[in-house]
Amino acid sequence: MIIKLAVKDLCFSYDSVEVLRDLSLDIGDGKIVSIIGPNGSGKSTLIKCIDRIIDPSSGHILVDRQDITAMSRMELARNIAYVPQNSLRVFPNSVFDVILMGRRPYIGWKGSSNDDQIVWAVIRLLGLEEYALHSFTELSGGQQQKVLIARALAQEAGVILLDEPTSNLDIWHQIDVMGVLRSLVRKQDLTAIIAIHDLNMAARYSDTIVMMKHGKIVAAGKPNEVLTTENLTAVYGITATIRITDDIPVIIPLDRIPVKSGRIPAAASHH
Amino acid sequence: MKGMTRGSVPGKTFDTTKRTRTGKVSKAEEAQSLVTWKKGLFLIILAVIIVVASAVIITIGPMPITIPDVYCTLIDKFVPGVFSITQSMANVIWQIRMPRILGAVLVGFGLAICGCVMQAVLKNPLASPFTLGISSGAQFGVSLAAVFGITILGGPYFLIGNACLFALICSGVIIALSGMKGGTSETMILAGVAITYLFQAANQLFSYIANDEQRTIMSVWGMGSISGLNWHSILLLGAITVICVPLLFSKAWDLNLMTVGDESAKSMGVDSNRIRLFVMVVSSILVSVLVAFVGVIGFIGLVAPHIGRMILGSDHRFLIPAAGGIGAVLLLIADAISVNLFAPTVIPTGIIMSMIGVPFFLYLILRGRRKEYWS
Repeated sequence: MIIKLAVKDLCFSYDSVEVLRDLSLDIGDGKIVSIIGPNGSGKSTLIKCIDRIIDPSSGHILVDRQDITAMSRMELARNIAYVPQNSLRVFPNSVFDVILMGRRPYIGWKGSSNDDQIVWAVIRLLGLEEYALHSFTELSGGQQQKVLIARALAQEAGVILLDEPTSNLDIWHQIDVMGVLRSLVRKQDLTAIIAIHDLNMAARYSDTIVMMKHGKIVAAGKPNEVLTTENLTAVYGITATIRITDDIPVIIPLDRIPVKSGRIPAAASHH
Repeated sequence: MKGMTRGSVPGKTFDTTKRTRTGKVSKAEEAQSLVTWKKGLFLIILAVIIVVASAVIITIGPMPITIPDVYCTLIDKFVPGVFSITQSMANVIWQIRMPRILGAVLVGFGLAICGCVMQAVLKNPLASPFTLGISSGAQFGVSLAAVFGITILGGPYFLIGNACLFALICSGVIIALSGMKGGTSETMILAGVAITYLFQAANQLFSYIANDEQRTIMSVWGMGSISGLNWHSILLLGAITVICVPLLFSKAWDLNLMTVGDESAKSMGVDSNRIRLFVMVVSSILVSVLVAFVGVIGFIGLVAPHIGRMILGSDHRFLIPAAGGIGAVLLLIADAISVNLFAPTVIPTGIIMSMIGVPFFLYLILRGRRKEYWS
């Protein structure tokens, strides 16, 4: 396995509460990796630490064996792209302008026609041509998510991080977005790391699943290795049945395990 | 650069040459280049409007001077002796009307641009030099000078010096306060609003204990006027504008990215906290100087950027000059009205600005369009 991204002994504390502790992880090239775990387990924090949106208190992150903590923010943006769950929409922007923002790590003040061409190539790739001049705010949630993915693609980075890309979408758009991601990872030789809540979506589309609890990795591996009834009980505090269909585990949740002595089993106390 | 070459790893870059080589351009691409072209055209039109409006406004005023005489007087400055002009005409044109027009353009331009960039870095459509408390700080400085005679500059600049100093102190406090808590935009706005209340209370207290003469100084300054500008102050305002505006304009790209949120901006290579600090410091300096000279001409900093956004969207490469141009036009017109409406009495420009500006702005926002493009 060629290691694309390596996380070594990563720690992050927020107001003296440890969110991530000594977390280490190797991610192979050209894979879709889903990070799952209950609320407050540190999924989003991990994603944000990897892109230095928040600064880890210690540890190292390497992309193609280069330490990103030593990189300038612009250089980092050429190596790692980030797709937020949603975008702030205070001021109007056209879809084209939103995607063009992804070219910021490359352009000087003026911008070049090459940047425009790359934006158009991305727009064609994701079939967004008819919306290119629409206002971003006018689009549906699924379309907005695709535009944000397009913006990340315009960064031409090898690693793309996504923070719960399907959380606010209906099932059609969830499949649409995940399908787009899968084909991009295959065609564009990307590595995608996705923080995601939907276990069945994660099982269906991931090459690797990383399961987190209390800022630590509990299990990592192929979907059918990680998504076991034991792990679901230990991490989420639920009982579930797992069926395997076409080699893909399908989780059927049954019940939650009652909370003992006021402590919610999985969800961490912070948040 | 390492990162640049990374982009050329096969499979990660996008084949952009295919379409351009065959010369085929899609409809959407054509429409996009048309939009860009229109934005450029709008800026040119705006510049033309400023020139034309100035050329018209210089011919009107309480002292009746015929239009040919006005232009003869203007030309006479450069080619003396060709036309017969009177000294009083030359005085009115060159010492009263010209500074007023240039002042209106400079102040409108500067205040609008400051409002525009502050709204962008604070990601808040309500941000403006006035909602952030900078003008109430300046007013406090004026009150100190008027009531207690506490001044930092002597002579004719005693009010201006105080106003400028306290505007700077006020913005400095806001920036410092928010810096302590990581410099988020919410803390800056809240700090600004809180400080406004504090200074307002102080101003009311001063106004309560002041005598009539002192109160007049305070309230005249508070109404905002460009009557006080002369060639010296124009030069100073021009110099500070020439320094600050290009600095702000150079951050146009980063401002674009910051409007979608700090996290996204960071992920695309923009250090949002650093840019916010830079933009706030530069724009506060510009605002402090402008406000010190002309008093409270609120509203321009708030509306001009919004009008700009309604017309050509949020791309700051176009929006910054557009907002500035719109601000200049608005203040130019407002000032012409304030001089000529009840001539020879000159109404403070700030009053007219709000009276024509507010209904116009309400009309624009209540027309209920979510469409930002003129296509």
